[in-house]
Amino acid sequence: MSEAVLCHQLVKRYDAGKKSVEAVRGLDLQVSRGECFGLLGPNGAGKTTTVEILEGLLRPTSGRVEVLGLQWGAGHDHELRQRLGVTLQETRLREKLSVLETLQLFRSFYHDGIEPEEALGLVSLDEKADTWVLKLSGGQRQRLAVACALVGRPELLFLDEPTTGLDPQARRQLWEVIAGLREQGKTILITTHYMDEAERLCDRVAIVDHGRVIAQGPPKELILQMGGEHVVEFSLESDSQDPAPDPDATIFLNLADVRSVARESESYLLTVSEPHRSIPSLLELLTRQKWKLRSLTTRHVNLEDVFVNLTGRHLRDG
Amino acid sequence: MAKNAFVQLVLSHMRGYLREPEAIFWTYGFPLIMVVGLGLAFNSETPAPTEFTVAQGSWDNPLIQGIREDESFQISTLPMDDALSRLKTNKTVLVVSIGDSGLVEYFFDPTNPAGSTARRVVDDAMQRLAGRRDAFRWTEQQTDAPGSRYVDFLVPGLIGMNIMGAGLWGIGFSTVDLRVKNLLKRLVATPMKRSHFLLSLVSSRIVFFIPEMLFLLVAAHLIFGVPVAGSYVTIVLVAFAGSLTFSGLGLLTASRARRIESISGLMNLVMIPMWLGSGIFFSSERFPAFLQPFIQALPLTQLINALRAVILTGESLASQGRALVILSVWCLLSYLLALKFFRWV
Repeated sequence: MSEAVLCHQLVKRYDAGKKSVEAVRGLDLQVSRGECFGLLGPNGAGKTTTVEILEGLLRPTSGRVEVLGLQWGAGHDHELRQRLGVTLQETRLREKLSVLETLQLFRSFYHDGIEPEEALGLVSLDEKADTWVLKLSGGQRQRLAVACALVGRPELLFLDEPTTGLDPQARRQLWEVIAGLREQGKTILITTHYMDEAERLCDRVAIVDHGRVIAQGPPKELILQMGGEHVVEFSLESDSQDPAPDPDATIFLNLADVRSVARESESYLLTVSEPHRSIPSLLELLTRQKWKLRSLTTRHVNLEDVFVNLTGRHLRDG
Repeated sequence: MAKNAFVQLVLSHMRGYLREPEAIFWTYGFPLIMVVGLGLAFNSETPAPTEFTVAQGSWDNPLIQGIREDESFQISTLPMDDALSRLKTNKTVLVVSIGDSGLVEYFFDPTNPAGSTARRVVDDAMQRLAGRRDAFRWTEQQTDAPGSRYVDFLVPGLIGMNIMGAGLWGIGFSTVDLRVKNLLKRLVATPMKRSHFLLSLVSSRIVFFIPEMLFLLVAAHLIFGVPVAGSYVTIVLVAFAGSLTFSGLGLLTASRARRIESISGLMNLVMIPMWLGSGIFFSSERFPAFLQPFIQALPLTQLINALRAVILTGESLASQGRALVILSVWCLLSYLLALKFFRWV
């Protein structure tokens, strides 16, 4: 069976007057059937452009794209659309249609599909069937958008930034919906700039930056590639007379068990695999140098750290 | 039926529209207010009296005295200087002054039709009073019978204007609105047939155009006694041709626009020539000959002419062939170009 998504050396260039902007610059991607795949990257990394090319809404400048074994513009577009479910980054559905009416409309476009009421159940909106879209909260609207993508019983589901702009509770509700779909074995391609979302939902992620995939694999593996699973984060105290000491970050590289070091304004971040060895070693160095700690915390490495490690920037910085 | 995509699309447009109370007002309320307002303004039972001002010193002149009681005149008197300044500010259209020598002086602006008319009417009345007799015999027939009054002329014009507005605004605005909301893109990502979408948009509007037009026509008939000489079937068919054409123009106008501001500007650009030239308020034939080819080519000119013919004089559909052909050409061209240039994503 063909891969769900195959994407080779994808390029998308926009010509804006004399300037041409390359949103996607040679992006490779492979999504297998039955997996939940995440495109993780900051805003402007080219995620949405990539997904809209995969959805057949944009034409690539160059590169090869196969979706469910078919290519866009080769006479199968209608068939392909029958087999895909899509939520766009931002769609404002008709405000004065009820939830059920909206789903009936979307259901009518597909030969095969599930009953609108069933789709409502999948996103836990049963009680809102007769409510106008106008009256829904942001999270409910987003779940309705997902339901619209589900009524056609899609083989492949594209969710473009499904939780952007939602409050934490609404995000968790949507995560439950997506996790449920994943358990049913649906193939899902999701874009996000929230690393916790990618970590929690995705079997595999591709980290995208400046229109290219800079790392790809299961979240766990990407984290392991950092060399350690823990981050020790600390900052140094300033004296009443003296400013805080400002040592170069490389000085900490020689400590026991430290795999990499990063500097973030006043904080130092050490990637380690065994905190019980690295922290004593750190404390020893500080005592020797007569530096005092202002703060020290440890946590597990997350995808954000992977991104910072690869790019020197944060996801949210864009 | 409920699962038919086209039916669902039409339903969704109609629901969206019916649940918008403002839209209902602009479709039904506003045109009615316009007909009633303009109808009342131009439909006084007795002709309005001729207004003019007499210089104070001339008030007791026998010529003025003789017409002071005449109800067809509305005369005021002021010192000469004040009277002239009123004339300059257009508060009176004619100032009459009669000198000691008996010389009658008229002051008026010849480019103001009301001034010239007042001058002739007042002069005529005073000359008759002074003894002038007509050189020949005459009779006159006044045409204020229903069917030939200004309000009768006006109603088909307003119906035509409304069909244009509903088509262009109704279709154009909602299309751009859907585009702005990304809903168009979302629909294109489904297997929806694009032609279904465009057709459903037009169909849902026409479902409202026809009752709207009949509503106006019946209201004008009941309030002002505007006669409906032609058959309703013929009238509906002409209005339908107009609706279809202006819906197409609406689609074409909205085919590329990405913002509400730009569609508003484009709409005005398309509509203003027709508001001015197509004879809504007065006959388009009054424009100079060199403009006529242009004016006759406008779809609204043809729609209004055809509506007047079938409503007021009961002409047949066949007699309006030329108008229908011109409308059809606009209609076809609009849809073809709209389909070609339509921006879906």
